[in-house]
Amino acid sequence: MAIKKIAFIVKSLPYKTEASRLALTHAIASQTVEIYLEDGDNVEPVLAFIGDGVLNCLKDQKAMNAYGVTSLEQHLKNSLLLDLKVLICKEDIGKFSLSEDSLIMDAEDIGGETKANIVPFSEIMKEMESANHLMFF
Amino acid sequence: MAKLTIGVFSSLVGSLSLDFAVKLADAAVKKGHSVDFWVSGNATMLSKKEQRAFKDYSALQKTLQELMKTGNFQATACEACAEARGYHKEDTMEGFQRHSMDWYLASGFSADRVLHIGGD
Repeated sequence: MAIKKIAFIVKSLPYKTEASRLALTHAIASQTVEIYLEDGDNVEPVLAFIGDGVLNCLKDQKAMNAYGVTSLEQHLKNSLLLDLKVLICKEDIGKFSLSEDSLIMDAEDIGGETKANIVPFSEIMKEMESANHLMFF
Repeated sequence: MAKLTIGVFSSLVGSLSLDFAVKLADAAVKKGHSVDFWVSGNATMLSKKEQRAFKDYSALQKTLQELMKTGNFQATACEACAEARGYHKEDTMEGFQRHSMDWYLASGFSADRVLHIGGD
């Protein structure tokens, strides 16, 4: 029986490329990985937004209106609904003068109980150091 | 010998990252390691069969088919990413698998190393 931690680090802008969407969908895929693994084995995902990537966490995204696609907000809320650990870099939201109020911090509107956490980069580094594998998007 | 999982997200045409990743896989297999090769996003272009080889672009089908014959290499494309680009099952190169993203994470679970090569 083993648990392997995978850290999904999102540093890409939303919508400019597919990268951050793929980060979220791959992280969410951790919820069904057990079908390929031995009993008791599993993957523990951690999703962290750093640099430009923190802009993926902005509230009230209008992707369906603008592009006709699901928003990254919806994917992020699905991640919280599935109890994924979500970290947002404190220093980087400061660089964009963003406040907690402007960010997606929970998924209460769809029944989620887990909240995102704004943390110093040093805490994200600790998560990366303790992860078995790192995936940068 | 070790197991390497390589995930690639760059397109075959327009970037040399995928070319590099396949050649890295080839070198690893030749050293006796096994390689799981995951393509997602634009990299699913690699799974398309009957690509015409031009000298201006990377042509990797032959290398991939030789790697598959070794039994120490498996290539898998993200099914949703491929379908979104119009690459259907019948368009897929023989030996190339198609799965959902959890396959990649499961492969990483048992890998000694994961090399995740991001996209555009």
